[in-house]
Formats: sequence, C-alpha cells, structure tokens
Amino acid sequence: MSTIADRLIEDEGLRRGVSRLTPEKIEKVFKELIAGECGARLKTYVESCVRCGMCAKACHYYMSHKDPSYTPVAKVSQTMWRLLAAGGRVEPQVIYECAQVAYTECNLCRRCIHYCPLGIDTGYIISVVRRLCHKLGVTPQYIQDTAHSHSAVLNQMWVKDDEWPDTLQWQEEEAREEFPGLRIPLDVEGADFMYSVIAPEPKFRTQLIYQAAAIFNAAGLNWTMPATPGWDNSNMAMFTGDSEIMSRVERAHYETAQRLRVKRIVMGECGHAFRAVYDVANRWLGWKWHPVPVVHSVEFFWELIQQGRIKITHKYADPVTIHDPCNIIRGRGLMDKLREVTHFLCENVVEMSPNREHNYCCCAGGGVINCGPPFKNVRIVGNSIKAEQLRATGVHTLVAPCHNCHGGLEDIISKFGLGMHTKFLGDLIYELMEKPEAE
Amino acid sequence: MHALYDLAVGPLAWLAFGVFIIGSVYRLLAMRALALRKDGAFVAYVSWPHAFKSLAHWFTPFGALGWRENPGVTIATFIFHICLFLVPLFLMGHIVLFDTFRGWSWPALPDGAADVLAIVVVVICAYFLWRRLSVPEVRFVTSAQDVLVVSLVGLTFLTGVLAYHRIGDNLVLTTLHILSGEAMLVAIPFTRLSHMLFGVFSRGYIASEFGSVRHAKDW
Ligand code: HEM
Ligand code: HEM
Ligand code: SF4
Ligand code: SF4
Repeated sequence: MSTIADRLIEDEGLRRGVSRLTPEKIEKVFKELIAGECGARLKTYVESCVRCGMCAKACHYYMSHKDPSYTPVAKVSQTMWRLLAAGGRVEPQVIYECAQVAYTECNLCRRCIHYCPLGIDTGYIISVVRRLCHKLGVTPQYIQDTAHSHSAVLNQMWVKDDEWPDTLQWQEEEAREEFPGLRIPLDVEGADFMYSVIAPEPKFRTQLIYQAAAIFNAAGLNWTMPATPGWDNSNMAMFTGDSEIMSRVERAHYETAQRLRVKRIVMGECGHAFRAVYDVANRWLGWKWHPVPVVHSVEFFWELIQQGRIKITHKYADPVTIHDPCNIIRGRGLMDKLREVTHFLCENVVEMSPNREHNYCCCAGGGVINCGPPFKNVRIVGNSIKAEQLRATGVHTLVAPCHNCHGGLEDIISKFGLGMHTKFLGDLIYELMEKPEAE
Repeated sequence: MHALYDLAVGPLAWLAFGVFIIGSVYRLLAMRALALRKDGAFVAYVSWPHAFKSLAHWFTPFGALGWRENPGVTIATFIFHICLFLVPLFLMGHIVLFDTFRGWSWPALPDGAADVLAIVVVVICAYFLWRRLSVPEVRFVTSAQDVLVVSLVGLTFLTGVLAYHRIGDNLVLTTLHILSGEAMLVAIPFTRLSHMLFGVFSRGYIASEFGSVRHAKDW
C-alpha cells in the first residue's frame, strides 16, 4: 500500500529544515514536547483508538483519493504513532514526511469527530505534530513566510504600519463618491464595535473593506477600525504550530480593542481567524472566555437584519447554494444564522448535501492553502468529493462566508469546470441593499 | 490438568478480577490527575449536560453520522458489545460458579439464548478479523495488538461455546476458556481494550467542547 513516502513533494522550507536535524536532536525536542505540552488528551486518543477505520469516510482527502493512507487514522499512524513508537528517535526524513502530512494533508476541519465513536480529535493530534515540526524548524516555506510577517509587523501580509491607514483612507475616499457622508472611523474610542479583518483584505481585496463600510454606513452604526497594528485578526502562526507568535498576535488584537474601549469586536468573513480569536489563542493566553466579546460577520449581519437595519431593494434571483465553513459551523454553530441571512437575501436557496455540521471542508483551511503552489494540486485533486457535491446542486452561485473557503472553492470550481462563482454575504448585501441617496 | 483447572478457577480468577478492577480504577484516576495537571485549558470546558446528550446519540444505533455512514460495522459492533456484557454476566454456567464459591446468585439467561448469543459473538469476531486483514483502510492501521485483542475475545467465547457443547476434551477447553477469559479481563486496563474505560470520557470531553464552546452538535 502506498504511504506518504511515495508522494513527497519538494518544498524548500521543509528541505532546509530537515537538513539541520539529527535523530538525537529530534528525540530531544520530541520528548520535551510530549512531557511539557501534552497530557491526557493525546494519551487517551492514541491508546484507545480501536483502529476501526470508521473515520475514513469523514475525510474529503480519503473520499477523493480513495487511498487508505489518507484516512484520518492513517494520518495519525504515519505521524504521531510512528514518532511515539520510536520515542522520537527517527531519521530527519521521517520529519519531512510528518510535516507534509500534517501541514498539507489535513485541514484540521474536525469532520472526523462526527465519525469516530470514541470522539478522537484527529485535528488536535495533527496540531501536535505541527507543533513538533515548528519546534524543529521544519515548516513549508510559504506558510512560514506568513508567520514571519505576523512576527515582524503583526499582520499576515507584510502590510507596513503606514500602509494600513492609507489603505483605509483610500477606500473611504472611493466610497465617498458613492456615499458622500461615509466615514471609515479610525481609532474612535468608545465606539460600539471594532471591525477587524484579515491582512489579505487591505492587500488584495480592498473591495471588501469598501463594502463593509458601505453596509455599516447605511445601517447607521457607531463603529471603528484601529489605526495601529492589532487590526489583523488572521493568524497563520496558529497553523504553523508557533503558539508563541500566535498568542502575541491575538494579544495585540484584543488589547487594541481594549485600548479603544469598544463594546465588542466584529470580525470579517473569515473562518480561520475566528478560530484563532474565539477558540484557540485565548486558551494559550490563559483566558477561558474573551476579554472583549467577539462576533463573526455572519452573526452580526443576522443581528442587523433582525433589527431591521439592513434593507434590501430586491432579492437575489438566481438560485444559490451555501457552503458551511468548518471554523464557524463546527467551530461556532452559525449554520442557522447563515441560512436565515441567506434566505433573507436570496429568492431560491438550494442546499447541498451533506451540509451544516456535516459539511465537507473546502480543503483550503487549516493553513493548507497557505502552504502555497507546491501543494496546490494535492488539495484540489484531494477534494473531488466537494466538486461532486457542488455540481449536484446545479446552481451557479455559491455563498461562502470565509476567505479560505473562497480560495479553495474557486480552485475547485475552475479545475473541475463547475461554472460557479463564489460570494461573500457582504458581496450580496452590498449588491442588494437600499443605498442611501447621495445628498 | 485438574491442578491447572483448580488454579484457574481459584487463585487466578481472584487475581484476574483484582487486576481488572484495581487496574481500571488506577488508570482512570491517573488519567484524571494527568488531565487536571496538563490539560487545564481543556478540562475547563467540560460540561456534563452536553456530554450526556452526545453520549445518548452515540449509544443509539445509527444515532450519529459515523454510525449511519458505516452501517455494517454499526450493526456488528452494537450486537457484539451488548452480548459481550450480557452473556458472561447472565450465563447460568457463570452464575453457578459464583453461587458455589461465594453463595451469590442472580437470574440467568435461558441456556439456549445465551448459547446463540455467544455464537453470534464468535461470528462477529471473525468478521472483525476479516475486516482487519482485508478492508484496506483498516489493514493500513492494524498492528499486532489489534489482532491480538479481537482474537482474545473470540477465543474466550469460542472455547466457552465448545465447552458448553462438550465438543473436544471438556476439561482442556474449559480450562482454556477460563484462562483466556482471565487474560481478557487483565488486558482491559492495559491495552486498546481500555477504550471501555476512556471512551465515554473522550467522547464526553469533545461533546463538551462542541456543545459549550462551539455550539454545534458532534454526532
Ligand atoms: C473469569 C473466569 C471465567 C470462568 C471461571 C468461566 C467459566 C465458565 C464455565 C464453567 C462455563 C460453562 C462451560 C460449560 O457449560 O461447560 C463458561 C461458559 C462460557 N463463558 Fe465463561 N468463564 C470465565 C470468563 C468468561 C469471560 C470473561 C467471558 C466473556 C466475556 C466468558 C464467556 C463464556 C461463554 C460465551 C460461555 C459459553 C456460553 C454458551 O455457549 O452457552 N467467560 N464459562
Ligand atoms: C462501555 C464499554 C465499551 C464501549 C462503549 C465500546 C465501544 C467500542 C467502539 C465504539 C468500538 C469501535 C467499533 C468497532 O470496531 O467495532 C469498539 C471496538 C472494539 N471493542 Fe469495544 N467498547 C466497550 C467495551 C469493550 C470491551 C469490554 C471489550 C472487550 C473486552 C471490547 C472489545 C472491543 C474490540 C475487540 C473492538 C475492536 C473491533 C475491531 O477489531 O474492529 N469493547 N468498542
Ligand atoms: S482534514 Fe478534516 S476530516 Fe480529514 S483528518 Fe483532518 S480534521 Fe479529519
Ligand atoms: S474512528 Fe476513531 S477509533 Fe476508529 S480508527 Fe478512526 S480515530 Fe480510531
């Protein structure tokens, strides 16, 4: 049977990383990691997994490749079990293999938890493998670059401190041509909420900031965006296994909100960022809940609709389908609100199957898309099951309130010729809303 | 052989039950202590109402996505596990032994029914072994220990059935049955069979995370 060793892909970051390792060094770091950071969860999961293979059908990689080395339990057997069996004393090449499995063949999407009768969290085990690879300096080059950026400038895309307010002002100016009174309020203390986005928005998707400003303006909201670092809510360090940088980024984000004394943080349509802010980094920082409440855009739009603050001129006529992003559905249970918002906006919603908590991942999340071009084909071919699922809906518009999902789904759509286009809720609301009259 | 039988039914039986019970309690307490010491940021979210709700789904055949998508295994594993508890606990042959040695007695299953259920367990063990060796995704992750534990369960039931039907040398088979049954009990706290001890807690924990933090179901 084929294994990860039969499909290795050259990556400069991984290659350079393993070239510096020896079995002794790996053993030392592995033992420290297991003794220092792992406890009952890892132990129970590894020991009580009955190797029944029920989780196989959970994973889109397996469902697409139909190769037994892609099942959730196989990913664990090729990484963590192997390391544990050897007490961490393995050849550097094994770390290369572990890194490729952990960073590029698992999206940490948690779908397999719905299949494993023992509730084993494969995503967690894979995160531990990533943490080891990070500590050993074996990380894919592209995603490591984003982690470096987080470390240097506290955002993912090397956006410089002055480029950020410049970009916002530029968007404000553009938007004022359409909505003369519009502001993107910077650093307003005591505003109702701080709006935070991921760094790709100011870098390549400024239209999304424009649209958000237009929506908040039309709804007459009292909001602000920070003028200082801490504005980026994305967190690739979480996915490389660099918990230290991850928590620095998150601390800056929360502290910025506290400095502005806002009532809460509203996060843009991104899933992984929400996972970092809501579920992961707060724990590393020792906060059980959040020092400032956080809501995802889906929930926020839902509230605005409930309050009658978003009014639309007409409904979107073409049939749409909904992709449920793992990090806000299995990660936050927003499936009903997502549907209520979509039904409010669209005439005809065709559900895909399976959906809601059982939805298949886009195969871009968990940092996989951020590992860049070397691994692109694996994640696209590795999700033919998603392509089938999308094709079966027969519709041409796909609502996906998550940046990563957009990236992954667009790749799948073009590879499999599905003839669909993806939309954020913000795209739809902006397109359909009653726009305040220019004075 | 008689001496071995006496040993198996006497001191070894005590030993086996002792190791099983004390070992299980020890492992549970040690794991709890480890969780409190090292997994504080996760134990903090344990929520029993969410755990019970999820467990109710997972203890219902076809009550969770994983069961529905693996119907063969689901039917087999539910029957297997129910019989695994039902047959030895309510078997006339076993109750008689407790009655003789300790004077304890409780209602038994009709012998015929127990016999059929025991044979069913043997058949399901054979099915599990077959899966291990021939279903690719199962074979990929199978190790010697996995084959061993299913075989041990299968052997215990098989020898029990053979002894009951007086097939082969009755003394040898009964002795073998008792020894394998004892080995199985001893194996529970220290092998993969420990899923009996930890399974409800690992599920209960993840159900708490899903229920109280992520507000989503995990079944
Ligand atoms: C701990 C020590 C054990 C002792 C002393 C013991 C003893 C016995 C005896 C005396 C019989 C009756 C055989 C006959 O009728 O000639 C029997 C049958 C049987 N025992 Fe055990 N047993 C033990 C453990 C187990 C365990 C752990 C299991 C399964 C989990 C088990 C399952 C069975 C089965 C399935 C039968 C045959 C039932 C039938 O076909 O009617 N036994 N056992
Ligand atoms: C409350 C107690 C238990 C629960 C909830 C439980 C649950 C499970 C589950 C969910 C599976 C996976 C499905 C499968 O492969 O069949 C499994 C497998 C298994 N269980 Fe249990 N179990 C329990 C007790 C036991 C005990 C006491 C034994 C034996 C002494 C046992 C022996 C096995 C074996 C051998 C397998 C593996 C079957 C295979 O090879 O695929 N279980 N158990
Ligand atoms: S990609 Fe998702 S389903 Fe597959 S192993 Fe990882 S967490 Fe499980
Ligand atoms: S379903 Fe759970 S117990 Fe079964 S092989 Fe997968 S991880 Fe292990």
